[in-house]
Amino acid sequence: MGILDFLKRKPEPTATVAKERLRIIVAQERSTRGAPDYLPLMRNELLEVIKKYVNVDLDAININVERDSGHEVLELSVALPEGKSATP
Amino acid sequence: MTAEIIVVTSGKGGVGKTTTSASLATGLAMAGKKVAVIDFDVGLRNLDLIMGCERRVVYDFVNVVNGEATIKQALIKDKRHDNLFVLAASQTRDKDALTQEGVEKVLDDLSNDGFDYVVCDSPAGIEKGAHLAMYFADHAVVVVNPEVSSVRDSDRILGLLSSKTRRAERGEGAITQHLLLTRYNPGRVALGEMLSVKDVEEILGISVVGVIPESENVLAASNAGVPVILDDNSHAGQAYRDTVARILGEERPLRFTEVARKGFLQRVFGG
Ligand SMILES: Nc1ncnc2c1ncn2[C@@H]1O[C@H](COP(=O)(O)OP(=O)(O)O)[C@@H](O)[C@H]1O
Ligand SMILES: [Mg+2]
Repeated sequence: MGILDFLKRKPEPTATVAKERLRIIVAQERSTRGAPDYLPLMRNELLEVIKKYVNVDLDAININVERDSGHEVLELSVALPEGKSATP
Repeated sequence: MTAEIIVVTSGKGGVGKTTTSASLATGLAMAGKKVAVIDFDVGLRNLDLIMGCERRVVYDFVNVVNGEATIKQALIKDKRHDNLFVLAASQTRDKDALTQEGVEKVLDDLSNDGFDYVVCDSPAGIEKGAHLAMYFADHAVVVVNPEVSSVRDSDRILGLLSSKTRRAERGEGAITQHLLLTRYNPGRVALGEMLSVKDVEEILGISVVGVIPESENVLAASNAGVPVILDDNSHAGQAYRDTVARILGEERPLRFTEVARKGFLQRVFGG
């Protein structure tokens, strides 16, 4: 990128950045609201295990606690990086 | 008749809870309601200053809870409205000075004394003090600033309000949640530097009951010990009047959320 491009490029308004960050974190916190306190720690440990096979970031792991009639379901999803094969 | 309990809460500190509690209580009193406003911030008494009654505090909330004073002795009558009373926070450092039973008894006594509204000014945080302030509430005013940490904290608080209150525990129906956006600066919103009303509403999934602009008059009002709602000339005061009217069920359009357009004469002559 040339210096002119840099000058011409309009930075994204900070309010837009704030909104996007909040949208994500609020959704994540809502999905685990009232869930057991060990959840964040468990999420981290799961990440360590998954990392042995695939290179993913913490935010690729989504944990969701669903409550329906009497029992709770812990939902876990991992977004795998595109086209990347597992690291040995 | 039982009193309606309104908690003013936020999670984050310094967002305008005490400013709002003082103006809300005063506004309800101006509407003819009998109102008590209670400072739940044990150890950090401030509402008395904002209400302008700091030199008349004899007994406080904890004295009443401990039976060292009656509620009648501890309530401070407002200078400006006969039907408005303040109950000051204790300056004790003992955070356990308030108990759930103690708070319940005080609220029941106020109810029996014919109060229409009790406004509970919550301390910051989600610890015991904040929990006690919200526990018995029928309505909540969640004060939020257009700023990332405040918005996130208010979402936390909205969650607690719908699960950790007596109404929620007893399945007595949800408490009414009012989102109040304060310290709003339309100029910065227009420049893309501040979250807009719509942004905050979308993120939290609830609409605002009012928008209070960032205003110099708030500091002036607290300097003088006069709730800003009594400052008729200030936009913040007028926005608080609108907000109280909405909480009482009136419909009013939002004001002061757009960049003020200069009047014709100002445009011609500047200024
Ligand atoms: N609308 C506003 N415009 C400008 N300043 C404000 C406004 N609302 C509150 N403030 C200021 O913000 C500070 C914190 O307000 P306060 O009501 O004490 O917050 P809290 O009780 O949530 O800690 C005070 O200095 C107050 O004067
Ligand atoms: Mg306060």
